[in-house]
Amino acid sequence: MSKTEERDLGEAGAQLSTAPTENPADQAIGGPTLSAVGWLRWFWRQLTSMRVALILLFLLSLGSIPGSLIPQNSVDELKVQAFKEQHDVLTPIYEKLQLFDVYSSVWFSAVYILLFVSLIGCIVPRSWQFVGQLRSRPPGAPERLTRLPAYTTWRTETEPEQVREAALAMLRKRRFRAHDAGDAVAAEKGYLRETGNLLFHVSLIVMLLAFAAGTLFKSEGGKLIVEGDGFSNTLTQYDDFKSGSLFSVEELAPFSFELDGFTGTYEKSGPQRGTPRTYEAAVTWSKGDGPEHRSVIEVNKPLEIDGTKIYLLSHGYAPVVTVRDGKGNVVTSEPVPLLPIDSNVTSTGAIKVMDGYRDKDGKKDQLGFQAFFVPTFAGAGEGDMFSQFPGLEYPVLALTGYHGSLGVNAGLPQNVYQLDTRKMEQFKGPHGEILKQRLRPGETMKLPDGAGSITFENEVKEWASFQISQQPGNGWALAGAIAAITGLVGSLFIQRRRVWVRAVRGADGVTVVEMAGLGRSESAKLPEELAELAATLNAQAPTAPEPVEVPVEGAEK
Amino acid sequence: MTLAAATNANLAEISNYLIYSSMAVYTLAFFAHIAEWTLGSRSKVARTAAALTAPARGAAGEGPKIQVKKVGGGTTVLEKPKVVTRAANGARDVPDGPGAHGGTESGDLYGRIAVSLTVLAFLLEAAGVISRALSVQRAPWGNMYEFSTTFSTVVVGVYLALLLAGKNVRWAGLPLVTTVLLDLGIAVTWLYTESDQLVPALDSYWLWIHVSTAIFCGAVFYLGAVGTVLYLFRDSYENKLANGGRPGRFATSVLERLPASASLDKFAYRVNAAVFPLWTFTIIAGAIWAGDAWGRYWGWDAKEVWSFITWVAYAAYLHARATAGWKGRKAAYLALIAFACWLFNYYGVNMFVNSLHSYAGVE
Ligand code: HEM
Repeated sequence: MSKTEERDLGEAGAQLSTAPTENPADQAIGGPTLSAVGWLRWFWRQLTSMRVALILLFLLSLGSIPGSLIPQNSVDELKVQAFKEQHDVLTPIYEKLQLFDVYSSVWFSAVYILLFVSLIGCIVPRSWQFVGQLRSRPPGAPERLTRLPAYTTWRTETEPEQVREAALAMLRKRRFRAHDAGDAVAAEKGYLRETGNLLFHVSLIVMLLAFAAGTLFKSEGGKLIVEGDGFSNTLTQYDDFKSGSLFSVEELAPFSFELDGFTGTYEKSGPQRGTPRTYEAAVTWSKGDGPEHRSVIEVNKPLEIDGTKIYLLSHGYAPVVTVRDGKGNVVTSEPVPLLPIDSNVTSTGAIKVMDGYRDKDGKKDQLGFQAFFVPTFAGAGEGDMFSQFPGLEYPVLALTGYHGSLGVNAGLPQNVYQLDTRKMEQFKGPHGEILKQRLRPGETMKLPDGAGSITFENEVKEWASFQISQQPGNGWALAGAIAAITGLVGSLFIQRRRVWVRAVRGADGVTVVEMAGLGRSESAKLPEELAELAATLNAQAPTAPEPVEVPVEGAEK
Repeated sequence: MTLAAATNANLAEISNYLIYSSMAVYTLAFFAHIAEWTLGSRSKVARTAAALTAPARGAAGEGPKIQVKKVGGGTTVLEKPKVVTRAANGARDVPDGPGAHGGTESGDLYGRIAVSLTVLAFLLEAAGVISRALSVQRAPWGNMYEFSTTFSTVVVGVYLALLLAGKNVRWAGLPLVTTVLLDLGIAVTWLYTESDQLVPALDSYWLWIHVSTAIFCGAVFYLGAVGTVLYLFRDSYENKLANGGRPGRFATSVLERLPASASLDKFAYRVNAAVFPLWTFTIIAGAIWAGDAWGRYWGWDAKEVWSFITWVAYAAYLHARATAGWKGRKAAYLALIAFACWLFNYYGVNMFVNSLHSYAGVE
């Protein structure tokens, strides 16, 4: 409903919604030439006006754009790194503008904080206003009902009081809030619209708070587990761990689980050969010392234990490898997880033998192997060693070996999947060539000069990596979201409207009934509804025969 | 190859034939619409000018302005008490145009033929989408080809449903059929992807919920955008007339036959407002799905960001409508910006931006 219309209709049209009024004085640029308090009030009124809310909404969407086009730290740090290396000129500018962290940047936060302050500043007075409207009665009929968007009239022999009584009963039966105001009945319906609107805007605040709580208190860590191994939820067991600034370690839920087996199936034929079809990780888990449970974790189906969710992220192979020393004693025999580098699970990694190995002279030494693994080898001698299929059809493990110092004692953190060969010497063959060998399961590579051997056992395990995360506030966010939709539906689909029925005795002693309806400007149903109401009332107060002069009724063209 | 796989390949082929057939029928519908517009141009209606240049009536103080019952209009004439409607203050009271056929009988005939052909093409296309779904044994929304074909099917479906419900939307016929042909052309030429099952990450019932509502919202937003664009043209036409200008003959012929700018504006608003809650739901469903698949319900991934931008843009549009100073053309521009955001989210993000949602299936 427009401002002019509201003024036109006076009291009757006032407060049909609680939308803040756009006071022309407020829109004047320059503001008041007043005291600090005056400025503050001016600023507050600006901030809580619909116009500024509109501009802030627009700025918010504009501000999110760069974050979708420029790599973000919060999404992919490696990509940000790569971008920085490529763009010398842009990087310092982007960094100044916080364009690698748009969604936590000062300027983006400023926009949404202003928006939400504006929202609160908008909702609170509107709620009071609305409560006031609920407690007061619908305003009386305007002087000239003919000026309303929908209008009808007829003459009847029924007494005016009886018409009003019937109208009151009819409107109340249809759940209008109605009362007798002088010569007319005033009624209003559709308060749920306003309720819905307030609910929606409040829900937005709930969602924002839940989102903020989630970000501040969340924890998120990754863990790679080979079939048969387990994990218990303490900080030291994580491979990597991130948490919000208000998170504390005590909040980690006490539970543990073991990976019983991982199953991956792939399309076997056709153009889509190799496309993954299922990934399933079978686990056994327990809370503290509680009983054991079995579950299957799939890509879209995390396991939830006491609010902590365990997601299946990726998988790969861990060939079982046995290393023997010069005397033939087994030094180590275990699965070695290797990291996939392509979609057919071609994998690389390092096998490190730190303790227990002695060379042929009985001296302590360390061994390191660079490992390259393909689950399905294309066939001997055929070009590069890349996997042709992600399933285990023809596994081959290629190795090159080193001995010397792995450098793990230097105190620097080391990537378990990479070999630091700076203090190591590569094993060479009899003619000085680099020793490398492709092994099939069960095959062994002998190290030169009786330095021992390494065997690719007849067993390849799978590993799965999991993301273990907890984020409080999810329930609130969901509740807020549901409430927001409910409120929105109410606010957009329910019409708030007023109906007046005036019945007065005309000059010739016959009663003149006038009915008019007023809704918000988009109401299409109002004339129909008024017509229906009029028909009902008309049945109780039938039309009197036409006098010679037609009073207000309009003629058809 | 198993027997099942062979049937699937057959079904996929049938689906392709159906899509091509629907394109052929849409093309016929396109020509029928052109005939409708051409024949309709002979009519000599000029109600708009008459309504706008007539001496000012209904000024303050006079009795109610009477409207004759319009087809599809808001006035209800009752047997006994007649309800009289009065245009909102400040709004122009202009009658709707007669439609593309311009009130001519032959134009109307071609228009009806066009609608019938559109129904046929719609059925063919829908059958194509369904057989594709059967061939892949899942919801047919795994890549952009499937997304595009489903999208245009839904657009036409919504349009036909509105027609069936007796709404005055036949004016949208030509622009819709044209763009549907364009969409299908792009789909079969550039976006075509072999029929295939889904990768595990897309295999979730949230796919059904999230993607189906996303497509539906897009289709309805598109109808709203068509209404908005036509509103802008028609509005400038009416403005020109009201200011005593004389629009060109072609503009007059075309725009005179469209509904009044107020009706178009109202149509666009209703359509956008009606689907906004569903769009909100779509984003929330997507967040729940992301929570299951990736361990976080909101991660500012490009697709998520653009859904959010679209949502905020439509919210801005709805606010604009509620704010006195921003109604009309300004709000219409906002609605178009919002739809552009939706389009970019669909085409742009899949093609130009590296997103987790990179299921486009185009290289
Ligand atoms: C977080 C940002 C916001 C969003 C997403 C949002 C969204 C919406 C939506 C979708 C509607 C329904 C429109 C309609 O009823 O036609 C609405 C209505 C409304 N909003 Fe907001 N809003 C936001 C912030 C605000 C703020 C800051 C204010 C206060 C200045 C505000 C005031 C209103 C009012 C008064 C209405 C009712 C308009 C009417 O009765 O027609 N909103 N809002």
